[in-house]
Amino acid sequence: MKHLLSTHDLSREDAVRILDTAEQMAAVGTREIKKLPALRGRTVVNLFYEDSTRTRISFEAAAKRLSADVINFAAKGSSVSKGESLKDTAQTLEAIGADAVVLRHWASGAPARLAATDWINAAVVNAGDGTHEHPTQALLDAFTLRRHWSRVRGIESTGADLDGMRVVIVGDVLHSRVARSNLWLLRTLGAEVTLVAPPTLLPVGADAWPCAISFDLDETLSTGPDAVMMLRVQAERMNAAFFPSVAEYSRRWGFDDVRLAALDEHGFEHTAILHPGPMNRGFEISSGAADSKRALVLEQVANGVSVRMAVLYLLLSGDN
Amino acid sequence: MSSADSNEKPSGTSVSTTSRTVLTGSDIERVLTRIAYEIIEANKGTQDLILLGIPTRGYPLARRIAQRIAATDPQLDADALVGQLDVTMYRDDLRHGTSRTPSPTRIPGASIDGKVVVLVDDVLYSGRTIRAALDALADLGRPRIVRLAVLVDRGHRELPIRADHVGKNLPTATSEKVRVHLQETDAVDGERVNEVVIEGAA
Repeated sequence: MKHLLSTHDLSREDAVRILDTAEQMAAVGTREIKKLPALRGRTVVNLFYEDSTRTRISFEAAAKRLSADVINFAAKGSSVSKGESLKDTAQTLEAIGADAVVLRHWASGAPARLAATDWINAAVVNAGDGTHEHPTQALLDAFTLRRHWSRVRGIESTGADLDGMRVVIVGDVLHSRVARSNLWLLRTLGAEVTLVAPPTLLPVGADAWPCAISFDLDETLSTGPDAVMMLRVQAERMNAAFFPSVAEYSRRWGFDDVRLAALDEHGFEHTAILHPGPMNRGFEISSGAADSKRALVLEQVANGVSVRMAVLYLLLSGDN
Repeated sequence: MSSADSNEKPSGTSVSTTSRTVLTGSDIERVLTRIAYEIIEANKGTQDLILLGIPTRGYPLARRIAQRIAATDPQLDADALVGQLDVTMYRDDLRHGTSRTPSPTRIPGASIDGKVVVLVDDVLYSGRTIRAALDALADLGRPRIVRLAVLVDRGHRELPIRADHVGKNLPTATSEKVRVHLQETDAVDGERVNEVVIEGAA
């Protein structure tokens, strides 16, 4: 593996290997000395053309725990605002001696472009590109789901996949790179996926995806899924009216306290709730649901560091 | 050094290799019994003793030695003596070859501070795995003493490292491969075996 650009072309073997490596990285996080010398002397550049809190912090923590040198680059306040192209920025990073570039970009396909050209020799990690993919988010979700699913099944999580797990992804699928990356990866790992969304927030061609599609959240929840993943409603990408009002979206597609209570009533004790963050509380998820025992949101954040350590380690070790 | 690593140096592409068994299953049993008593003797008992096996085959060897040590004292629990120490992230060859998936590290008890740690591995060769293990230990705590027990010492050291307890010294050529098969980890032709084999170009 030279780059991590998408989960679509990730094999089951590679995916399980990343998750297994992340399991050992997580164990390092519980030690007194939370640092490994594996990437000593290597340079990781976080190149962010879009705002991000948790992804950038998570990649920075991951690289530092592996003893790499980290350079953070935000497009705001850099020469990009003077009109510097991605090519010139990439060549600057090459001249500095970057070994890996973690790229977040508003344009779908920017990381693939960077990886395919000879502008730079570094390993490229896609940290979210437009509405295309966000593979490390999908990997950390899969890691969190695998731990949950292994607990439910009473087995060791290392080496396991998600065979037979039923996962529901709810919300703004149209703009969500997280939904796409998750769908491909969860399918590869053997889970069954159901997408629940307003018809206006489903992309054209979604009916050809390897998943079930539903427009009724309550009906889907009544089947007792093993995990429900709520997506953020991406107001900043909405250039048209996709639904009448926040209140109506919340009532039909939001995970509110009534739906939380319904899960308990049905006796679905294993149904977990995930959210990639940042959460719009009271919109797509209620505070009651976000802070409930079912919510794995904070586990997702903690697991993000372990998974990104695994990705950086696997990309930067061995002959490539 | 796990025995997968003892194959790192290329031995040519010859298909006709000779192989000879240097330790049989019962030889290995006798050797491990001797090492167990040597460890107890060197430590003047079993006080503060911890055995840490280096994956993959160091760990089952450490378990077998621990069972023998525990058999000398009914108060002792073999499981409370053994752990596993993964050294993958501390290796000096991470940039070369295929990237390795790390194994779990498990420490018996709360910490290794002040303990007598005996590292256990199958084959001692260049000494680089043991150097990595010493670095890994330093990140986990501060043992009082660190010792090294190996099933086979095949020579060709590249670092100033030696073993305290050696099962068998095997003079080898660098072109030869030393393969350790243990029933916990290996099967040959579908059968679980315990043996140490030297393979060399004919």
